Amino acid sequence: MRKILILAALLAASSATAQTSGGGDTGGGVVRVPKPVTGEQVYGAVCQACHMADAKGGKGAGEIPALASNPKLAGAAYPIMVVAGGKGGMPGFSGTLSNAQMAEAVTYIRTHFGNSYAKPVTEADVAKIARPPAPGGH
Amino acid sequence: MTTLGHAAETQFHGPPNLQGARPGSSVIVLGAGLAGMLAAYELTRAGYKVKILEFQNRPGGRNWSLRGGDTYTELGGATQKVGYAPGNYFNPGPWRIPHHHRTLLHYCKAFGVSLEPFIQYNHNTWMHSSEAFGGKPVRFNTAAADFEGNIAELLAKSVNAKALDDAVTLEDRERLLEALKGWGMLDKDYKYVSSLRASAHRGYDRPPGGGINGAPIASKDLNSLHDVLDPQVWTSIGFFMGHEMQTTMFQPVGGMDMIGKGFAKQVEGLITYNAKVSKVAQDDKGVAVTWTDTATGKTTDAKADWCVCTIPLSILGQMDLQVTDEMMAAIKAVPYSGQVKIGLEMKRRFWEEDESIYGGHSFTDQEIALISYPNNNMFKDGPAVLLGAFAREMGAYRLAGMTPEQRIEVALQQGSVLHPASYRKEFSNGASVAWSRVPWAMGCCARWNDETRKEHYQTLVGMDRRIVLAGEHASYVGCWMEGALLSSIDAITRLHKRALEA
Repeated sequence: MRKILILAALLAASSATAQTSGGGDTGGGVVRVPKPVTGEQVYGAVCQACHMADAKGGKGAGEIPALASNPKLAGAAYPIMVVAGGKGGMPGFSGTLSNAQMAEAVTYIRTHFGNSYAKPVTEADVAKIARPPAPGGH
Repeated sequence: MTTLGHAAETQFHGPPNLQGARPGSSVIVLGAGLAGMLAAYELTRAGYKVKILEFQNRPGGRNWSLRGGDTYTELGGATQKVGYAPGNYFNPGPWRIPHHHRTLLHYCKAFGVSLEPFIQYNHNTWMHSSEAFGGKPVRFNTAAADFEGNIAELLAKSVNAKALDDAVTLEDRERLLEALKGWGMLDKDYKYVSSLRASAHRGYDRPPGGGINGAPIASKDLNSLHDVLDPQVWTSIGFFMGHEMQTTMFQPVGGMDMIGKGFAKQVEGLITYNAKVSKVAQDDKGVAVTWTDTATGKTTDAKADWCVCTIPLSILGQMDLQVTDEMMAAIKAVPYSGQVKIGLEMKRRFWEEDESIYGGHSFTDQEIALISYPNNNMFKDGPAVLLGAFAREMGAYRLAGMTPEQRIEVALQQGSVLHPASYRKEFSNGASVAWSRVPWAMGCCARWNDETRKEHYQTLVGMDRRIVLAGEHASYVGCWMEGALLSSIDAITRLHKRALEA
């Protein structure tokens, strides 16, 4: 995959500058990662970190919910809200991912892993729900 | 601390010295990480009857080391058997301690945990950017010197062009020029050029020696302004300017978990392991914690007068808690980061033997973010473990989503860019920890922002009747052991006061 920098590099650079204000123990420097574009790419590069390659989640002291065969995905608003705004320990991706990336990811999970909610989620659908991230995060 | 005039460095003013608990009063502590164990230790000293419930089968929580023979199973089921040689280890969580984290330093000393220097700043490591220097790694000191030299030259040029006359007095103009010449290694014409002076910062073509060829030869391959303006350069330099990253730093001798073990010795017999808490209830008289022994499946209610809960919010938010709606909202409002660390064992210390790198970090803009070299056993033969990744944000998500085998492969591939001759050749084995998949934490650290701090922080740290929260998440020193300890001291001090008033 060709390295497309855009957002990731800018975010990494700005988070590096924020380190002085209590950003915790972190690696330092800039990180440039390939930008995932399709829903499958976004899922693999981001969502899979917690929800697993088979979207079945995991269970330990707490639980990472399965996205596979999940009736909560029937309506698009709920997954958009969670992906953009976060839920509990899960961070919101508004500001980290573009609305287009979030739309692709939500469309992907709603049409894979035993889910068949065919209507694609659009960038505009996400824009209606996602709000910009609050400053001062790390 | 105040006697030294450095009170601003820490909020630690010594151990809490709590005394005079009501006879028979009891506290249940949830979690045997540092915050929980410190609470148990200090409350026991104050006279409380204390019990700790811990989900894992070991003390320390995120204070953790992996050694040869250890087995680790992450969420999703992937299991790694660590293959390091005896004595070698990898710290998946905390790994370095700032000199001003005085709470932690205090208790390490009090509990007999030996510390040794952690080499934080090493000028001779590598800096790599895919967007500068032709994509080749350059030595940290070379990039830093060329950044400073180029900036000094530009600023001197502005001063000499009288562009700053409205901001700088005549007297300060001369002093500024002198500073730029000295700090930026400029020549008499205020140019940053190849010179022995510049080489004294950035390295020589031929270093000073003895005898016939003793005279040094200046390096000539100065990096361009364009290259050194790549953000990798200034962010890597600036990284060490942050208070938390300033040297001197320390690590425990023998692995980070020596701290957890040292704390555990002080609360021996108080910890029940393999205890999965599912419910915390309370009324005017006390607290009831429902927990299941994960080994036997047996479920029990544990009762106490008070509760110190140090369970990470990522887990706590999924439990049945009898707290106010505001507290529950606060617990659920804080997302967690998901760093990934990879410890690679190499057959020999090629970074020391071939490249004169002794500890410290090489920075790269690839997903692994850095390579960090061991701080102990320098000059020794035999295998050593280096940190082959400390990935964060998007880099961490990508690595976390991989199988452990895939992560090692990516770490080798990206690390080889910095150490092309040796990395794969000397690799022996490796282990990785993706914090988003750690079964008992489901994340690395609580991530507050301005909005959540304002809306939820005071609620989160406030006492909810008989329950008080503690941990790095209940501090402004987030993601550090120091935050966990400061939070714990504050929480138990308030708990004790409330208990005496009750």
